[in-house]
Amino acid sequence: MTTTTKPAAPVAAAPARRLGAGALALRQGRLEITQFLRSRESVVFTMGFPIIMILIFAAIFNDEIAPGVSYTQYFITGMIATGLMTVSFQNLGIWIPIERDRGVLKRYRGTPMPKWVWFAGKVLMVVAIGIAETALLLAVSVALFDLKLPDTAAKWATFGWVAVLGVTACTLCGIAISSLARTARSGSAVVTPVALVLQFISGVFFVFTSLPTWMQQVAALFPLKWMCQGLRSVFLPDSFGGQEPGGSFELGKVALVLAAWCVIGLVLCLTTFRWTTKRDG
Amino acid sequence: MDDQLAISVRGLRKAYGDNVAVAGVDLDVHRGEVFALLGPNGAGKTTTVEILEGYRRRDAGEVRVLGADPASPDPNWRSRVGIVLQGTGEFDELTVAEVVRHFSGFYPGADDPDKVIERVGLGAKAKARTHTLSGGQKRRLDVALGIIGRPELLFLDEPTTGFDPEARREFWELIRDLAAAGTTIVLTTHYLDEAEALADRVGVIAAGRLVEVAPPNRLGNRQEGLATVSWRTPDGTPESAETATPTALVAELAARFGGEVPGLTVTRPTLEDVYLRMIGH
Repeated sequence: MTTTTKPAAPVAAAPARRLGAGALALRQGRLEITQFLRSRESVVFTMGFPIIMILIFAAIFNDEIAPGVSYTQYFITGMIATGLMTVSFQNLGIWIPIERDRGVLKRYRGTPMPKWVWFAGKVLMVVAIGIAETALLLAVSVALFDLKLPDTAAKWATFGWVAVLGVTACTLCGIAISSLARTARSGSAVVTPVALVLQFISGVFFVFTSLPTWMQQVAALFPLKWMCQGLRSVFLPDSFGGQEPGGSFELGKVALVLAAWCVIGLVLCLTTFRWTTKRDG
Repeated sequence: MDDQLAISVRGLRKAYGDNVAVAGVDLDVHRGEVFALLGPNGAGKTTTVEILEGYRRRDAGEVRVLGADPASPDPNWRSRVGIVLQGTGEFDELTVAEVVRHFSGFYPGADDPDKVIERVGLGAKAKARTHTLSGGQKRRLDVALGIIGRPELLFLDEPTTGFDPEARREFWELIRDLAAAGTTIVLTTHYLDEAEALADRVGVIAAGRLVEVAPPNRLGNRQEGLATVSWRTPDGTPESAETATPTALVAELAARFGGEVPGLTVTRPTLEDVYLRMIGH
């Protein structure tokens, strides 16, 4: 390249100090977490909502639903699953349309940042907030509502893979559903009803087996029901497995359905994700 | 491909459904040049520029920007191109310094963030959250993000919309500085004085076509075209004539009046006159 008229501009041949992939992802994650923590609505909605719900429901309902299992314990496992869904599916499904509408995504696309770095930033944010939120829920539940933490390594492992698969599926679906919203405001209108209906039919607010059969069948198509069921196997006594619709906690099926949703979510992300709004061509 | 060309466009076309936004544009921008695309709203300025920036796909035509096809931008190409979009992409919860520093990490040859913030006149606002900035200050932040990577080629889409006169003057100084350092600059504007003050050449675009490309003082044959000579007859009636030879006419009038010609003026069409004629008013 000849640079006759360009004394100062950097020439492409010298990539001076491009940051490595890991460093780029970490900075992006840190930025996303900072933005999340500074946004009061996000923090209150994501972190506070499940705790408030637990306090309210525990105060209203106090009966045993099976020998040695109170409704509160059942509800808490559902709220942990809901919390994981909120931090991934709702959080991304609501915020990405806002960022897209404001032109933040378009702006990133105009930089040399590799596309995957932006997604990595979102994932790191979801993981960090998800861990913090779950820890908070567990602390409150153990302190106030006699929730017993898992007592075997196997149960902790189950907790781990159910959470990882569930959050992965919900993250991918949250990114995918963000493309449905046409404007910043409609993100929440698209995502909130879906999340709320799933909570009602998946055995969060009501004991799953007390729901009409058709409702159970619909819920079984979506991840939340299986996340709740997987977490019940971790926090409720083994004997409760007999109360589940399949007569056991069906962990194999839990893994299968959640993995399937990971694949579906990934395909939807890859085929539908948009960096700009529709009116932006 | 001519190495002295930063941008080369032949037969560029783009339609949105039935609406033809760009109807066959040919354009060359030389390295180190300041080029202004001047045109009314809806003329195709933004569509043209966003195709050059790699944001929009074209329907037809050949486009080379810094030697590459912007339809498939790679990170190396991106790091050589600075973009200031028409709309601002807002990072509500972050400070000016945080945003500029974050973006500097994407570019291998990035400038010093503090220096850039100072340079765009946001030094006093470096620690302010971006949502507290005024419209003009947000625009300065956009410019900071456009130049943080020390681009060889800088696109500015209506950069001074919303600026007060003083801010515009300061912005013009910044553009002149960048141009003096060898940066190629392509800006769109609908302000005639901005094009006249900054551009080496102006391309007038109307209804998706490039009507004319010329240095601002030669646009529409401003210097060679007909001049208007006006004067008053002895009884005070205003009189005027359009002529290609105003000097001869003035000499003739001087002879006729035997000295001073009452109310004599000789005018050439202003940039505004030729511009309005070109865009069809």
